[in-house]
Amino acid sequence: MMYALADCNNFYASCERVFDPKLVNKPVIVLSNNDGCVVARSQEAKQVGIQMGQPVFECRDIIRSHAVIVRSSNYALYEDMSRRVVSAILHFIPDVEIYSIDEAFCDLAPMAGRDFDKLCREIRSAVLQWTGIPVSIGIGSTKTLAKIANRVAKRDASTDAVYRFPCDVNESRRVLSETRVEDVWGIGRRWGRRFRQLGVQSALDLAQMPPSIVRSHFNVTAMQTGMELAGVRCHELEAAPAPRRTLVRSRSFGEAVKRWDEMYQAIASHATRAAEKLRLEGGVAGRLSVFIQTNRFRQDQPQHCVSGSCELMPSTNTTPVLVEHASSIGRQLWKPGHAYKKAGVMLSEITFGEMQGALFSSRDDAHDARLMEVLDRINMTMGSGTLHPAATGRHQRTGFMRQEHCSPRYTTRWSELPKVI
Amino acid sequence: MPDVCKAISGAPAVRCPLLMARVEAGFPSPADDYVERALDLNEELIARPAATFFLRVSGCSMEGAGIHDGDLLIVDRSISPAPNMVIVAVVDGEFTVKRLRQSSAGFMLEAAHPNYPPISIGPDTEIRAWGVVTWVIHRTC
Repeated sequence: MMYALADCNNFYASCERVFDPKLVNKPVIVLSNNDGCVVARSQEAKQVGIQMGQPVFECRDIIRSHAVIVRSSNYALYEDMSRRVVSAILHFIPDVEIYSIDEAFCDLAPMAGRDFDKLCREIRSAVLQWTGIPVSIGIGSTKTLAKIANRVAKRDASTDAVYRFPCDVNESRRVLSETRVEDVWGIGRRWGRRFRQLGVQSALDLAQMPPSIVRSHFNVTAMQTGMELAGVRCHELEAAPAPRRTLVRSRSFGEAVKRWDEMYQAIASHATRAAEKLRLEGGVAGRLSVFIQTNRFRQDQPQHCVSGSCELMPSTNTTPVLVEHASSIGRQLWKPGHAYKKAGVMLSEITFGEMQGALFSSRDDAHDARLMEVLDRINMTMGSGTLHPAATGRHQRTGFMRQEHCSPRYTTRWSELPKVI
Repeated sequence: MPDVCKAISGAPAVRCPLLMARVEAGFPSPADDYVERALDLNEELIARPAATFFLRVSGCSMEGAGIHDGDLLIVDRSISPAPNMVIVAVVDGEFTVKRLRQSSAGFMLEAAHPNYPPISIGPDTEIRAWGVVTWVIHRTC
């Protein structure tokens, strides 16, 4: 049994570079929604000292002095490039689990008999040629070891971006001892601190800790992580993501919201996007919640963080129904005189498959379903937000998001294709 | 064949019904026996969706090769550039479409317009191939 983890290097920054060759070899950073924090850095940007997650106002000086190129996040582009990377990998390996927008686990078992190192190098070079995105690949007998091998592939230039976790005992101990416990997949900073208090400093220490002890101090997940480090497989490839149980759409406001009509638009827009995603996945929701929050970093201002929810009877994925419920909950939560920083809509009690009709529904379900199908088709072909409830306001793309440095949607809009002279 | 249109643009391929005639009463249409799938241009023009990108032409440097201002280029990055292919290259940080030529002097990018001299690819020029142009879509009316 062998797994490979393919991880795109500096994914968002790499996507920007594919379509804007001027960015090659230059420090590039990509900002979060609302241009708040740094969410991706090119290698050059890391070298000039910009930190991951750093608020952009903190690095203004570095940006200026090193001529760092700044981009707002362009998720339409990143999603499309992510899909391309995965489909390039699928050309070589049939079983792939999409772990995140820039990481995919591959099951190498069906490729038994082949030279895995060579295969992964072929994959890396095909992904780079086809999509322009550089990936690093780590190979290991468990997903956790593949993840560790991937770290080595990324950090050690001599691996040429592909590294197989060593079979040799001494060699494997060396690699594990060079990995800090908090850097192990699934451990993180908080558990890392507690592990260190127990004398566990490295991945090797964790691998050598008896599973029952890990479990008694932490939980089953931590125990499995320790076992995986020792080569015992606990996590299988999840080829199809587990059907989701909740779906959240939320966003911080670029500028604090003080008027109900603005809040109403935001809530309606979140409900609209959540409904769209729910239909895409073929589910219906039985419960809808809304939350609104003021800025907790501004304790000088009056604080108000509340949420409310309602049952959806029958379960539904119809946009107007969800917008109506969301806005009526929002209306009840809203308190004038506050500066709200964030709002969101959560759909839960989601079920898939047969839709349960309500005996005494006042709505025509078949009609709703047809209407939503037309809506989705138009939004998919003409771009999301082309048709939207009037309640969501007019300028969806720029309405609430501050995105001053956004690149064109090069691969998903006919009007924004790259220009070639 | 995978859902090519989906892979390219995120939009679903337009689905055409397999049975065109509705059977409510009376006789089924005799044409139903001859139903075939409607033609999908993606299938014909795009061999490898993951590696295929669309670019828009700006300028007239390739007019002699039938590539005009405003044309749509279908570019397949999975094809390795070879002499005489029309390619998209990066010259000084800009995309340019030219024909790749090889001579005794080495490789060069050749325009198809008298006003544009060829660009030779030397050790001191910063030129990279980006992809190979497989099709040109030109509007005639």
